[in-house]
Amino acid sequence: MNWSVLIAFVLVAGSAGLLLGFAILKRKSSPSFREIPAFTRLHKAIGRAVEDGSRLHVSLGRGNLASPQGAAGLAGLSALRRLADLTSTSDRTPIATSGEPSLAVLSQDVMQASFQEATGGGHFDASGARLTGLTPFSYVSGALPILRDEHITANILIGSFGVEAGLLADAAERQNSFLLAASDNLPGQAVLYASAQEPLIGEELYAVSEYINHTPMHAASLSVQDILRWVLIISILLGALLKLVGLL
Amino acid sequence: MKGIISTSVAILAGLIVLVGYFFQIPILSDLRSLILDWAVTLAAIMVFIGVLNLLSVNNSRIKNKEKNGFYSLILIISLLVTLILGLFLKPGHPIMNFIFYSIQLPLEKSLMALLAVTLLIASINLLRRQPNLFSIIFLGTTLLILLGTVPLPFGELPFIGDVLRPFIAQVLAASGARGILIGVALATLTTGLRILFAADRPYEGK
Repeated sequence: MNWSVLIAFVLVAGSAGLLLGFAILKRKSSPSFREIPAFTRLHKAIGRAVEDGSRLHVSLGRGNLASPQGAAGLAGLSALRRLADLTSTSDRTPIATSGEPSLAVLSQDVMQASFQEATGGGHFDASGARLTGLTPFSYVSGALPILRDEHITANILIGSFGVEAGLLADAAERQNSFLLAASDNLPGQAVLYASAQEPLIGEELYAVSEYINHTPMHAASLSVQDILRWVLIISILLGALLKLVGLL
Repeated sequence: MKGIISTSVAILAGLIVLVGYFFQIPILSDLRSLILDWAVTLAAIMVFIGVLNLLSVNNSRIKNKEKNGFYSLILIISLLVTLILGLFLKPGHPIMNFIFYSIQLPLEKSLMALLAVTLLIASINLLRRQPNLFSIIFLGTTLLILLGTVPLPFGELPFIGDVLRPFIAQVLAASGARGILIGVALATLTTGLRILFAADRPYEGK
């Protein structure tokens, strides 16, 4: 085992231990996180959608689950489950769109499970989870009519999006609907920063499900990320210092 | 029972792939390769299921005579024609190349061009939507990078083109991007661990 693999192993094993430890600790206490105004406005938008009988549109991006972008897709699926639960009292279920077949299949499972828990096994309309295209722009062009025709009042873009997300953001603004957007892709984040009503930057994407609905494991994963961030900051500073004095 | 089986399979497959990465044990490496091969095969099957989903959604739009159902009809016809031609002629055939280079590619390029206009309007609206210091920095940086990159009739702008633009792009932007990517990588790690601990189970809808 070389040095880089050893460091990776320590990082993964340490994180796993911390995650389990924090999850046990956080079962007894309610977590407190910094306030992100976008999430407060998201809660209001969800409330409005439930009240006026309109729909939520959750777009999960194009993160192939067999690639590093898969984590963004999984974070989107986790958020979709919580959003579907929150809107279960509404007459209309959310619509989930994706540009990756595995995400489309899993989003159907997630929405069906939420719907059947809420209704006690009612008939689920599978057309709520859609694959709208397989290339970046075909995916977006397939999702655009949904924003216009399906009585959408809130859009949540969570997943791996490139620059094409700018077209979705523009369409949401034209429809005067709420838009919260997060991507793991740097050009995508830059475009969303300029065009989205409520852009999320960096790892905020992975915190969406925790901010929507608290669970001990999600709260623990945010705490672990904070600790790892400090460890990295100290390591980088220490490394720079050692390099400066000529020891590295 | 179904839940226990799917959770066990997910945890076991995840552990084998992870442990196989860290420890070079022949049997684990073989299992890891086999599982990754299965994942690739499953991904291909998913594409087929996804296309069926696309067909079913657009078919129901036509059946229910929904608004703009005509476009769904065009989509289904195009999909079936391309599929049948692709099966008989195979990819790389001049007709398949014609479909790709004369229809698909220009359509995507036109959307890219539309995006450029959309972004320009979004940048103009940015200060109205988010009137804060970061928006000013964002727009100022964009302007400086454009000024340093754009070809001008009198050549490169002094200082902006050779000093400021490289400094912003290679020092400030690169370090900021690295910081964001480190944050994303840490979050990816904890997301993966949550799946491994079965706290998140998208395959069960949880």
